[in-house]
Amino acid sequence: MTGIGRRAVLAGLAAATLPRPALAQGARGRVVVVGGGFGGATAARVLHRAGLAVTLVEPAETYLACPFSNEVIAGLRPLSAQAFGYEGVRASGVTLARTSAEAVDGATRQVRLADGTTLDYDRLILSPGIALRFDALSGYDAAAAGVMPHAWKAGAQTELLARQLAAMPEGGTVVLSVPGNPYRCPPGPYERASLIAWFLKTRKPRAKLIVLDAKDTFSKQKLFESAWKALYPGTLEYVPLASGGQVTAVDPGEMSVATDFETYKADVACIIPPQRAAPIAAQAGVADRSGWCPVDPVTFESRLMPRIHVVGDAAIAGAMPKSAFAANAQAKVCAEAVIDLLAERTPSAPKLINTCYSLVAPGYGISVAGVYHPDKGVLADIEGAGGTSPVDAPDSVRRQEAAYAEDWYRTITAAVFG
Amino acid sequence: MRTGLLLLLLATPAAAAPPGASSCSGCHGAPGGAVPSLSGHTAEDIASSLAAFRTGARPATVMNRIAKGFSEDESRAIAAWLAGGGQ
Repeated sequence: MTGIGRRAVLAGLAAATLPRPALAQGARGRVVVVGGGFGGATAARVLHRAGLAVTLVEPAETYLACPFSNEVIAGLRPLSAQAFGYEGVRASGVTLARTSAEAVDGATRQVRLADGTTLDYDRLILSPGIALRFDALSGYDAAAAGVMPHAWKAGAQTELLARQLAAMPEGGTVVLSVPGNPYRCPPGPYERASLIAWFLKTRKPRAKLIVLDAKDTFSKQKLFESAWKALYPGTLEYVPLASGGQVTAVDPGEMSVATDFETYKADVACIIPPQRAAPIAAQAGVADRSGWCPVDPVTFESRLMPRIHVVGDAAIAGAMPKSAFAANAQAKVCAEAVIDLLAERTPSAPKLINTCYSLVAPGYGISVAGVYHPDKGVLADIEGAGGTSPVDAPDSVRRQEAAYAEDWYRTITAAVFG
Repeated sequence: MRTGLLLLLLATPAAAAPPGASSCSGCHGAPGGAVPSLSGHTAEDIASSLAAFRTGARPATVMNRIAKGFSEDESRAIAAWLAGGGQ
């Protein structure tokens, strides 16, 4: 047995038989976490497990997860499969404030809550997610979203789009509008296009889906395009930016979606608008002019406001995409950095992993993975690592990746909310 | 000697996760799922699996792509941490 093997066996024995020693040794202070999604709930649990006093601020009683919500839209699973309560988080010992954060004062280090109370912090972690920009696309505001759903936050919008698709006339037209970068879940719109096409092909074979994209290149593009060619010819039409795909205006009254070149009439229109970090980020002074939050790649501390850290979709995380997996991985690294900083230790440079699965049909999964490290002040791809599933893989690999996708979802939601 | 080493280990706080290690639990959870659980494996097992994924000797869907992001030393540190109950 090698030295490492023996140490690991002994450490394993210690971990199995005795309480885990606190990671937080020497760390003192109050930590507030805002946002109970994949990032925030993870950070709160890591900090609590390390013995720190942490309060998680989250107004919702139930979290509705976005990964796999495209399956809800296609009628492949119920919305209830996306719902997770906070009983597990509370039972783990994390203090929950069931209200929203109204304002952050970075000078006095206080968070003012909607219930009128304030929380003092030594370190604040914001994991607030995204806001949909209802000022970015002519004709598309909150009221228009009630007619032309974005369904880019899981919940009522997801069910609305699912209902509209189910009720659509035979031979109808669905229009899906995809924004430019950056936005939550880079491959998400293309998974949605795939599963809507699958739904049409199997339920309304004369219907069509037109995908209007504000860009020419996208995540897992070769894999999606080859699957579309094989599975959905005649059903899915993809219009990239170069062919006039950028949507410039919508009219919910007319059910029309306009580009500079053409106006499309839709029976169902799903409009995914441009996005920014949720409003608390700008209020706290951690969002830049892009609407997103620049952070240090080692600690996820804001570049703009000391002692405030930002993880998940709201952060500008360099090469890391805005995904649930990334939010979870960032939250763990950020929480450990916060523990170090509160103990006046210097956090060491991390590495982070991301893996994103997409379904192009039931039982047909594809993935992209990446490994990241801080390089020249940003989180950069480690060259030679990561990448997408092979384009020429056999069906057995697609089935295996679909099964891994399901299992990933079970595992990560159990870790975060269970 | 063995007891002495064990006591020494218990006296020091559990090490923070080495680079990359805390990301693993994003996919690897409890036993019984499609993704293999990492619990119950020795550090040597995990390190040699990572080495085989990195060279391509062991077939994989994503682990071949992920393992290439870590050196032999980094892989060994991750393996030791996971085998020691890190998550």
